[in-house]
Amino acid sequence: MNNRLEHYVSQDPFNPMEVEKLSPEQEKFYMASQWRMMWWRLKRHKLAVWSGIVLLVLYTSILFSEVIAPYNLQTRNPDFIFAPPQSINLFHEGKFMGPFVYGLNYKLNMDTLRREYTENRNSIQPIRFFCRADGYKFWQLFHSDVHLLCPAKDGTLFIFGTDRLGRDIWSRIVYGTRISLTVGLVGILLSFLIGISVGGAAGYFGGWVDSLSQRLIEILRSIPELPLWMGLSAALPVSWSPLAVFFGLTLILGLVDWPGLARAVRSKLLSLREEDYCTAAELLGASPQRIIYRHLLPNFMSHLIASATLSIPSMILAETALSFLGLGLRPPITSWGVLLVEAQNLEAVELYPWLLIPAIPVIITVLAFNFFGDGLRDAADPYKA
Amino acid sequence: MFDYFVKRILVMVLTLLVVSALVFIVIQLPEGDYLTSYIAELESQGESVDPQKIKYLKEEFNLDYPIWQQYLIWISGVVQGDLGRSIEYDMPVVDVIGEVFLFAVVLNASVILFIYVVAFPIGVYSATNQYSWGDHGLTFIGFIGLATPNFLLALILMFLAKKYFGISMGGLMDPEFEGQPWTLSKTISILEHLIVPVIVIGTSGTAGMIRRLRANLLDELHKQYVITAKAKGLSSKRLLVKYPLRMALNPFIADIGNLLPQVVSGSVIVAVILDLPTTGPLLLDALRNQDTYLAGSFLLFVSLLTVVGMFLSDLLLAVLDPRIRLTGGAEK
Repeated sequence: MNNRLEHYVSQDPFNPMEVEKLSPEQEKFYMASQWRMMWWRLKRHKLAVWSGIVLLVLYTSILFSEVIAPYNLQTRNPDFIFAPPQSINLFHEGKFMGPFVYGLNYKLNMDTLRREYTENRNSIQPIRFFCRADGYKFWQLFHSDVHLLCPAKDGTLFIFGTDRLGRDIWSRIVYGTRISLTVGLVGILLSFLIGISVGGAAGYFGGWVDSLSQRLIEILRSIPELPLWMGLSAALPVSWSPLAVFFGLTLILGLVDWPGLARAVRSKLLSLREEDYCTAAELLGASPQRIIYRHLLPNFMSHLIASATLSIPSMILAETALSFLGLGLRPPITSWGVLLVEAQNLEAVELYPWLLIPAIPVIITVLAFNFFGDGLRDAADPYKA
Repeated sequence: MFDYFVKRILVMVLTLLVVSALVFIVIQLPEGDYLTSYIAELESQGESVDPQKIKYLKEEFNLDYPIWQQYLIWISGVVQGDLGRSIEYDMPVVDVIGEVFLFAVVLNASVILFIYVVAFPIGVYSATNQYSWGDHGLTFIGFIGLATPNFLLALILMFLAKKYFGISMGGLMDPEFEGQPWTLSKTISILEHLIVPVIVIGTSGTAGMIRRLRANLLDELHKQYVITAKAKGLSSKRLLVKYPLRMALNPFIADIGNLLPQVVSGSVIVAVILDLPTTGPLLLDALRNQDTYLAGSFLLFVSLLTVVGMFLSDLLLAVLDPRIRLTGGAEK
């Protein structure tokens, strides 16, 4: 309030028909749609933008998992069981070599019966880019064998080490992204549908529909989510194929998650249905369904999307936790949770700490979703100061 | 107030009844039952199955009745305090979960206490020093705490403790105390083993609570009565404690409803990893083996914990905040 304008009164006679002229920039600003304003608002939230980029990269990567991973999901390297991560170097004895890894020497320590790997400083294995290695069926459609990174000829490239079957952990994490990230999306879609329908009906009709759904929500909320998830996923038949289990699991995640969303929808609708435009639509003969979906929901769709974004991580975590407990996905379907099953044995983790690495993408994803969702929620109401 | 109290109790009992039915259905969902897998296991080992024993088991566990009758038998027992028998352990469920029950209550209560004790000062500091370095730092740590799944936190902590201190944090007490009578040192050992699970389970709840308390307190601090009080010369500490803080405390109580299911969920999985003899590992086993009555009693028990917790929080809120008690909740 320090830099106030000077007092100014225009000398021109007052003209009630006068329209304020807007400059093109102003016009662009004032006429901007709600979604555009949300975008501007979101852009100011730096952390949210960066998180969004991280998520975008992760989700794009699931389209190209086969290319990004240097090895196939099930490729075993029987000579390199529990090999440690190979660090990528650029210089060898002060000389620039381009990205390369040192080869691994393997020795079985007969005293401790442990596999010991040491870097072989003489074996320099340059990493190849856009090269041919393991063949795969890209998108289940056509054969290819092109990879973004491959080990040198007859060499190895284990960025995050290997597991007990000599499978490359980095490749398995890349493939696991595919499952872990889609579980949350499919689950949230289902919970969204149920939440909007139940919450919409409850909020719009009120009365017994409302009390019934309220009781239902209360009851569902009083059972802690994880034990309920555990019970439901224990019910998935063992005879099901892993893929069927995957869909069963997303179904379960969605079925348990919707009450929170339904509550939000209901309370919003309760106040919105008293608005004049809603009465107008009713008088014009619109069906309740049309009023809810066409007139009322778009009002707070942005809020819903923001809160949905915030509940995706809990689904990803739930899948990870369930798979970790052995109640969720099973191999050969590979998710981050399935990879972490290997880390359950603490003795193994102590010897081979890189088995814990699949926890890192979980934490990154959950953080990114949280920041991004927070930014979205702040941006969801761009008309608020 | 009395009407409200009675109404809430009725709702609570009804909720628990429906929950018990739901739980029973969920438990019965898997194909087959414990007996079929038991017989199959015996046959695969080449042992003959004693038809006499099968008949006894079937009668003992009412396996020949339709599900709804099994449920009725079970629930009428539960109301009388008989939770049924565990097939796996061949003992009454009460005996299997008796001690576990106590320990789970102690664990969850200490987690809630931990959350309050840690969240309160930090939340108040963050709100009163908004956008300071301390606030930013604490917010950041809080975010990480919120985002790190607690079972991963448990795993990582276990790993670090084992690697660098050579101690195993799992279990309820040091191995030498197991089966020993209660002594001071045994109690201390149990308390020591409680610290890590409490921190691990409480982290995300604490982070959430800090954020809510901070937001609430900030809302209050920007209200006009605060400005008025300041203008009248009230010292800022006295002002803070006397008015806004009391208003901002509401979520501490109201949030038990959100906090409890979260804590109970967290304790289940963390208990599996840290190998604590609480609800977690036993529930997991019971679910895997289709030990119907044991698993059902567990699920009912964790729901009971949350429902009673929510009930208590509602009561406390009603005592503290007349607006809630007078409108009686549901009516608009």
